[in-house]
Amino acid sequence: MTVKLGVPSKGRLMEKTFDWFGERGVTLSRTGSDREYSGAIDGVDGMALVLLSAGEIPRELAAGRIHLGVTGTDLIQEKLVQWDQKVEPLAELGFGHADLIIAVPSCWVDVDTLDDLDAAAAAFRAKHGFRMRIATKYHRLVRDYLHHGGVADYQLVDSQGATEGTVKNLTAEAIADITSTGETLRANHLKILSDEPVLRSQATLLRSRVAEKSTEDRETLRVLMQKLKL
Amino acid sequence: MTLAKTKAEAERLRQVFEAAGAQTVDCAILQPAETLLDLYGEDIRTRAYVTHDPAQGEVMLRPDFTVPVVQMHMSGGAEPARYTYSGEVFRRQEQHPDRSSEYFQVGYEVFDGTNPEAADAEVFARIAAQLAGVDLRPVTGDLGILIAAVQGLKASDRRRAALMRHIWRPRRFRALMERFSGKAAIPPSRAALLNAADPFAKAGPQIGMRSWGEIAERVENLKADSAEGNLSQTECEMIEAIVNVRETCSFALEQLRDIAVDMPVIHDAVERFARRCAALDAEGQSPDAIDFEGSYGRTSMEYYGGFVFGFYAAGRPDLPPVATGGRYDALTAVLGQGTSIPAVGGVIRPGILLTVKGAGA
Repeated sequence: MTVKLGVPSKGRLMEKTFDWFGERGVTLSRTGSDREYSGAIDGVDGMALVLLSAGEIPRELAAGRIHLGVTGTDLIQEKLVQWDQKVEPLAELGFGHADLIIAVPSCWVDVDTLDDLDAAAAAFRAKHGFRMRIATKYHRLVRDYLHHGGVADYQLVDSQGATEGTVKNLTAEAIADITSTGETLRANHLKILSDEPVLRSQATLLRSRVAEKSTEDRETLRVLMQKLKL
Repeated sequence: MTLAKTKAEAERLRQVFEAAGAQTVDCAILQPAETLLDLYGEDIRTRAYVTHDPAQGEVMLRPDFTVPVVQMHMSGGAEPARYTYSGEVFRRQEQHPDRSSEYFQVGYEVFDGTNPEAADAEVFARIAAQLAGVDLRPVTGDLGILIAAVQGLKASDRRRAALMRHIWRPRRFRALMERFSGKAAIPPSRAALLNAADPFAKAGPQIGMRSWGEIAERVENLKADSAEGNLSQTECEMIEAIVNVRETCSFALEQLRDIAVDMPVIHDAVERFARRCAALDAEGQSPDAIDFEGSYGRTSMEYYGGFVFGFYAAGRPDLPPVATGGRYDALTAVLGQGTSIPAVGGVIRPGILLTVKGAGA
């Protein structure tokens, strides 16, 4: 048996993950050609590197097909029901910061809090005859957040990309999306509500609570944790 | 509990309701999602299964029978009417994966406006009779009293409407009460907006469907609201007192009559409660043995607007209630686009009933 570590397969998230492990004496690398998704781990014996899309890592952890994984907390909490029973966060890696926020048009001078959003939604529904539309791809997280915030008379509409453009295109009145700097929001004449964000996310190392482990695997994990000082 | 046993129990319960004079009805499992979403909002998606039909668009596996039965009755049922049904309902269990996501419900619904309190008592008594001999605790409530209190507040129509809209969301309701009574501070952004010489100075371009006119209207409303005086301490305390009543029906009636002396707007609603107590007594359900909770029914489905009840297994807080029900005239008003019909009903969950019976055997 080997201990499988799943990391994002491309981009800055992959590079930063490699750096984070490298600084702690565990060298992750891609092998083969640039296009081939296979990798290697040096520094700890008995481990295998699995390169995956960041969006698939939550599912693989929950199914126990990988023992450890690096991905954003936003993806973990959106994709896994009762996530904390399936995975355990071991370390926040200090990069990949992004907040899931609610944004409304900047011209809504009367709306700054969830309380305002709820009142505006009630008036909007009365005037237009349908529930105020909020465009997002994070349905579960946003619905839960608005439920606890006591917001009614809204509907979520699915938007898998270019979400900031939906308001101008009249397919939504507000949006809920991941933002790191807020520049795209400002460029699209949107502003963030002042309440706590739906979620503060960053790249996190997680352990699957369900993956099977042999005695050797347990020893491998112990050595790894020591190296990573966790 | 095996499915066959539950099915047989459901059938037995339905036949008892039928023998008591109810007409058996059925409805489709796939219901148009739009109706339910418009009634209950996005939250229903966390409790019901939504799926997609190539022709109809979004459809929902029926989360209960109430809405389709009301629709069927409204599209041509004669009044008065008594219906019963038995079948499976489907509920997503995101928070409690251990609970059943499909289970049987057997219902008894009464559409009869001649004597609403007698109809309330009738539904409660028919269901109680089916549960006789099982160790259950009945709890009742009456949202009609809280609704009457809110509608009688000395406040603007706008404030009363805001409170009414959140009567089924106790936390939000409390937050509004605190703001309207001056206990909660005005958020800084709101204060800045109200004090701004030109609220639109930094607005930028208008985008989206919500127009300048709508935004300006709400700014005006906020100004009017800040100029309105606070709700009186006495009124807030009386609302609290109504919500906090926890007694047997007989003692609760005394307490509510005391509150009504200082808050005459609830007098009629409390007298309806009194008539219901008498009607329950006449049905052989002593109001001395039935609990009353002032806030009962506020966190369940919206649109229960009067009598509400539930039967809970004694010593089994882990189980959902064996039976629940209430008066939902408010729901018929929304479905009927203003035309309300008096409606009260309840459901038994045969699966839970058998579990409780089995444990007691």
